[in-house]
Amino acid sequence: MAYQWDFSPVLANAPLLAQGLANTLKVTGTALVCGVALGLVLALLRLSPRRFLSWPAGFVIEVFRTTPPLVQLFWFFFALPILVGIEMTPFVAGAVTFSIQSASFFAEVFRAGIQSIERGQWDGARAIGMRHDQALRRIILPQAVKRMIPAFMERAIELMKTTTLIATISYADLLFAANEVSQKTFRPLETYTVVALIYFVVIFLASQVARLVELRLARSGESTVH
Amino acid sequence: MTILRVSGLTKRFGATEVLRGIDLEVARGERIAILGASGSGKSTLLRCLNFMERPGGGTIALDGQMLGREGRAGERIYRENELIQVRQRVGMVFQQFNLFPHMTAIGNVMEGLRTVRGMPKPEAEARARKELARVGLAEKADTYPAHLSGGQKQRVAIARALAMDPEMLLFDEPTSALDPELVGEVLAVILALAEEGRTMLLVTHELGFAYHVATRIIFLADGAIHEQGTPDEVLKNPKKERTRAFLASHRQFSF
Ligand SMILES: Nc1ncnc2c1ncn2[C@@H]1O[C@H](COP(=O)(O)OP(=O)(O)OP(=O)(O)O)[C@@H](O)[C@H]1O
Ligand SMILES: [Mg+2]
Repeated sequence: MAYQWDFSPVLANAPLLAQGLANTLKVTGTALVCGVALGLVLALLRLSPRRFLSWPAGFVIEVFRTTPPLVQLFWFFFALPILVGIEMTPFVAGAVTFSIQSASFFAEVFRAGIQSIERGQWDGARAIGMRHDQALRRIILPQAVKRMIPAFMERAIELMKTTTLIATISYADLLFAANEVSQKTFRPLETYTVVALIYFVVIFLASQVARLVELRLARSGESTVH
Repeated sequence: MTILRVSGLTKRFGATEVLRGIDLEVARGERIAILGASGSGKSTLLRCLNFMERPGGGTIALDGQMLGREGRAGERIYRENELIQVRQRVGMVFQQFNLFPHMTAIGNVMEGLRTVRGMPKPEAEARARKELARVGLAEKADTYPAHLSGGQKQRVAIARALAMDPEMLLFDEPTSALDPELVGEVLAVILALAEEGRTMLLVTHELGFAYHVATRIIFLADGAIHEQGTPDEVLKNPKKERTRAFLASHRQFSF
């Protein structure tokens, strides 16, 4: 007996899924912005010649890179409140976890990008009297970021997929909404097919935009590095 | 009048002692060509003079002003702010140009004025145009380095250094990375700067050019000044055996 596909009960719950998608984008967006900013800070600390700065940064990065994201999420949601006595909403726990978790990966992307810039660029910047931070901001990072875009995009996609874990602490993200719709409609096959498709479309579109940006930068004539 | 006085300058990288006590006095308007075999410490010497490398020992005085202060063990302690000032006063041009690839030619020349000096954009742009015109590249202002020839890149790099109004210029093999047919245009720019009476230290393998442009030649060997004198003295009548051997291996030049 062939399976009788019927998407209509799932589509009837589109508003629920839409709300889930909106929440997923909210978590992803928050973690992306905070993760990139924190990642840059961690990378700069880690590259510092001062060990009391580089060592703690390296520690944070390694801890978050080598522990499962789900454990991190449970730790922030269930364990941390016991320590500090502050309850976190699922959204805040997720945003904090995924921000630091992605920051530890973004930090490595930043570090690799910064280190890929030839020493001569630092020389050129310092020779006209730039301070370290000026050289970084004006000369090194603009070039590094351009080289980082593909790795950066990969990490951002990874982040969006990781945020599905937040459903386990009852935050109404897209996956959580899917569970609900699936139980309501008794149509898990259709529901999860639709949800997979939504993730695919969103991530695919985002990566196309990234590719366009990359091409645009390459075509502006400045990208050929000598 | 002395602009730069270097005494007992030393520098080591790990176990390698690269500079072993350099004493050097540079008068305003002097043009010193520094010669020496590969690895003799020429680049390291230049890089110590604008503190791209921290000197290991010895002192450097610029315009009669001793740089850094003395530490407890007699070592010299430099503040970053002081070194940043020095680098603006002592311009440097590199073998590999080190232009900023994400900025146009004029962007490269303006960068120091804007970021370091905080000069307003119209003013910085006008100044940068003047410097580009001086090196004959006025029409390349909006071109990115990737679309410039090696000779043009080096001229932009010279303009970038000049924009900061340096009192002294350091050139580290400015033509070594260039195709032979592009060397001339860069040397012509350096010659023009020499004729303006600028103070410069030039590491080069272009002995013919050194002979014509330099007021003094320094031959460096094993991190020390092995022989120095006027171009005639050092290039035509070298007294030391090693100088002679070095010149013999660079025979393809003509005075
Ligand atoms: N940053 C560094 N770290 C370690 N060793 C260095 C460093 N810079 C230079 N050296 C070493 O110091 C020595 C002198 O180098 P330097 O670049 O000053 O020589 P040079 O006379 O400019 O040579 P060349 O003609 O090849 O440019 C070399 O043995 C080099 O390997
Ligand atoms: Mg050298």
